[in-house]
Amino acid sequence: MCTEKYILDTMLKLIAYRLLLSIPLLFAVTFLTFFLNSFAPTDLARTLLGADGTQEQYLALRAELGLDRPLVVQYGAWAWQVLQGDLGISYFTKESVLELLNGRVGVTLSIMLGVLLVIVSFGVTLGVFSAIKGGWLGRLLDAVSLMGLVFPSFFVALIYIVVFAVWLRWLPATGYTPITVDAKAWALGMVLPIAAVSTYFVSVVAKQTREAMNDVMGRDFIRALRACGVSEFAVIFKHGLRNASLPVVTSLGLVMVNAMASAVFVERAFVLPGLGSLAVSAADQADVTLMLGCTLYFALLSVAINLLVDLSYGWLNPRVRVE
Amino acid sequence: MSSSAPRSYLSRLAQKPLALLALGWLLFITICALLPGKLVAIDPLDQDLLAVKQLPSALHWLGTDMLGRDILARLMHGAWPTLIGVLQALAVAAVLGIVIGVSAGYFRGRWDKWVAQYVNLLMSMPFIVTALAVLMVFGRSMLSAMVTFGILASAGMIRVLRSVTLSVREELYIEAARISGLSDAAIIARHVLPRITGPVIVQLSLFAAAAVTTQTGISFLGLGVVPPAPTWGGMIYDAAASVNDFPWMLAPSGLTVALTILSFGLLGDALRDTAVETWAKAANSKARSALALEPNAPPVDLETVLAVRQLTIQVSADPSARPLAKQVSFALKAGETLGIVGESGSGKTLTSLALLGLLPSGTAVTAGEATVQGRRISLTDDAALRSLRGKTIGMIFQEPMAALDPCFTVGHHLTEVIRSHANVSRGSAREQAIALLEQVQILDAHEIMGRYPHQISGGMAQRVGIARALALKPAILLADEPTTALDVTVQAEILELLRALSQSHQMAVVLVTHDWGVVADICDRALVLYQGEMVESASVVDLFHRPQHAYTRALLKANPHNARVGETLPTIADSLTASAERPA
Repeated sequence: MCTEKYILDTMLKLIAYRLLLSIPLLFAVTFLTFFLNSFAPTDLARTLLGADGTQEQYLALRAELGLDRPLVVQYGAWAWQVLQGDLGISYFTKESVLELLNGRVGVTLSIMLGVLLVIVSFGVTLGVFSAIKGGWLGRLLDAVSLMGLVFPSFFVALIYIVVFAVWLRWLPATGYTPITVDAKAWALGMVLPIAAVSTYFVSVVAKQTREAMNDVMGRDFIRALRACGVSEFAVIFKHGLRNASLPVVTSLGLVMVNAMASAVFVERAFVLPGLGSLAVSAADQADVTLMLGCTLYFALLSVAINLLVDLSYGWLNPRVRVE
Repeated sequence: MSSSAPRSYLSRLAQKPLALLALGWLLFITICALLPGKLVAIDPLDQDLLAVKQLPSALHWLGTDMLGRDILARLMHGAWPTLIGVLQALAVAAVLGIVIGVSAGYFRGRWDKWVAQYVNLLMSMPFIVTALAVLMVFGRSMLSAMVTFGILASAGMIRVLRSVTLSVREELYIEAARISGLSDAAIIARHVLPRITGPVIVQLSLFAAAAVTTQTGISFLGLGVVPPAPTWGGMIYDAAASVNDFPWMLAPSGLTVALTILSFGLLGDALRDTAVETWAKAANSKARSALALEPNAPPVDLETVLAVRQLTIQVSADPSARPLAKQVSFALKAGETLGIVGESGSGKTLTSLALLGLLPSGTAVTAGEATVQGRRISLTDDAALRSLRGKTIGMIFQEPMAALDPCFTVGHHLTEVIRSHANVSRGSAREQAIALLEQVQILDAHEIMGRYPHQISGGMAQRVGIARALALKPAILLADEPTTALDVTVQAEILELLRALSQSHQMAVVLVTHDWGVVADICDRALVLYQGEMVESASVVDLFHRPQHAYTRALLKANPHNARVGETLPTIADSLTASAERPA
């Protein structure tokens, strides 16, 4: 039907719009790293030469690395390289940055996708039930959200390790098995990290859902639906939830960007070889190219999350879809 | 501004024990940060390899870590980097938040749009990566990381302060100050900033809680402060390495961090609550003496479709208050239209909602029964009333657009109701829906089926509402001000449609309205409500020509349709005083 083609067109427009919006973000994040680096007390040439190098050697190396060019030119050169799929070489390990990143991205993606799944399913369910039931469930939710706010994610991670790995011995405490090697070990290893990142954000999403549900259930059309004899189940789960999901989905992008920071801390607590720990070691070793690559990957990840959020919002809200 | 307001604000804050505890803990942490050496004599770096991983003892109050260092001493010395980090981030965020947020809210226009873009960019930026890049560049200095946090996290503060400023700016005295020639800077300094200090303080204390998490997180990553110097985050990381054999180490550091975050959070909450208490004033309505009126319950005969007797609605929380509707009784036959007339707040809408058990929460039917198609039902029995919805009694509403779910098409609204009560296939439900739309005189029914509520007009939405109410062929239609929100020309069309449907379906219609024109136009009889009580019930002809009651006369006089140009429209109070008698 022609309406379906129409919907597809608007969805494509939506994707194009978001991708267009993400260009400033990608630019800002990577250029910021470049820009900040120009203020560094020591530069790469000095680091590579060590204390022994003469001034001539230093200047020669600077020219060779292109560090004597204006900042914008350096950035342009880097961006051009990136567009051709070349992220340079890590000065510390001498490995290709692209390969380093691709070797690590699976862990981070596993965690982030798991977190998204958990916070949406658990958060929305809890939120809906605490909105319609209230009472003890609502108080439990408030308590969990307070705990999540008060205890940093990495501390929650350690508590989970003590309880579920050390005492109960149900799940592995640390380490990562790629899904291609052993799917079961991969899944078991992901449970605690995902739980540690999600705990707080589940409560955030649940509270947003509860507020949105309370707001929607007080609106006129809910009363009108009831007046028509539509079942209470359909009123709550079809009409109430569908409308309440709109503000929840909108805020999901921000929630996930915050969850990304938690994931970096949690990766360290579980000694997981993800993008976060790679970025931490890049910061530790002043590995500029590697850090730029990490920055780019994290920015791309947040672009992908926002795209996903936009698409589901467009799918849920007919006003975006049809207009 | 008087000085009494802030003082009473602080004294109310002081009455909150949690806020005091939180303040006490923060004060303690500050003292620890400033004078760690005075509080514990042990050096936090002193190792004692003969006393590693010990539980609390008289010598080491909180035990020792994996190198035999005193945990309490390390915690106290670790307070300084955390506190100073929080203060650095706070200072940056406060300056940025106030300057950018207030200026965007005050000057609006293009600057405001730029700020909105900037805030969006900041919020979508993954903070942690930027912080790591900064830490790399500045040789792992905690100051640089906390300043970065301050900049990125100021986005939330900018957004809140912008909207607060925006609402303050709308107030008349700001406009007056501008007209009197005060400069923008002076207005902001003297009139805007004092008004927004409340939200600023609340935001700052919540921000501080987040800053503690960030500072400990960065030291947990081993960046920012170089080990072995004690930090709270570093201590949690040390504990992580010993979780297998000495989990106790997690407790002191984790709980200290948690208590500090909690204290900032509680303080923020208490500040906000205290502020809200200041704004909210208990609404106290004057209790009025109930007006005595003996309801004359009409006798129920066989043709009567709906008879309501002695319906009383009250505020659940306060049964002693004047009822919202008191002993309302009426009856109507098939094909008859009854108007319920009254001012806003007279209880006319509540009366109609009560028949479907749809009263808003906080109000409840305390007495009354109805005979619906010969069946007696107590109006307090929600389950029985629920079974009437749609099938026996249909309802349409004042705001036709708001009565439709914006996420579903017109067709969906209709088929949902059709299919909820009978086992009908999708296709035949669709056919029935189109037939319903044609019944309410929608010409391009096929096309309208696929439209969403925001794509149709108000008049069209009301037609859809009527079609939906008719879907299950109810014997009674409740219409709550069905034309109030519509254009005058559309009003007439909808009324005409209601009249035609009432005739062709032999449907009884209860029409709630404040518009005498509507009553005269389509009602057979009318019921006048005043403050929840029936004042008069008569045929429309009698009501217009021989109003029995002073209130009805007053209400008729206040009808804007009869107003003469150039004369002040009489109000109800004027008329009642003029006639020197209260309705009784």
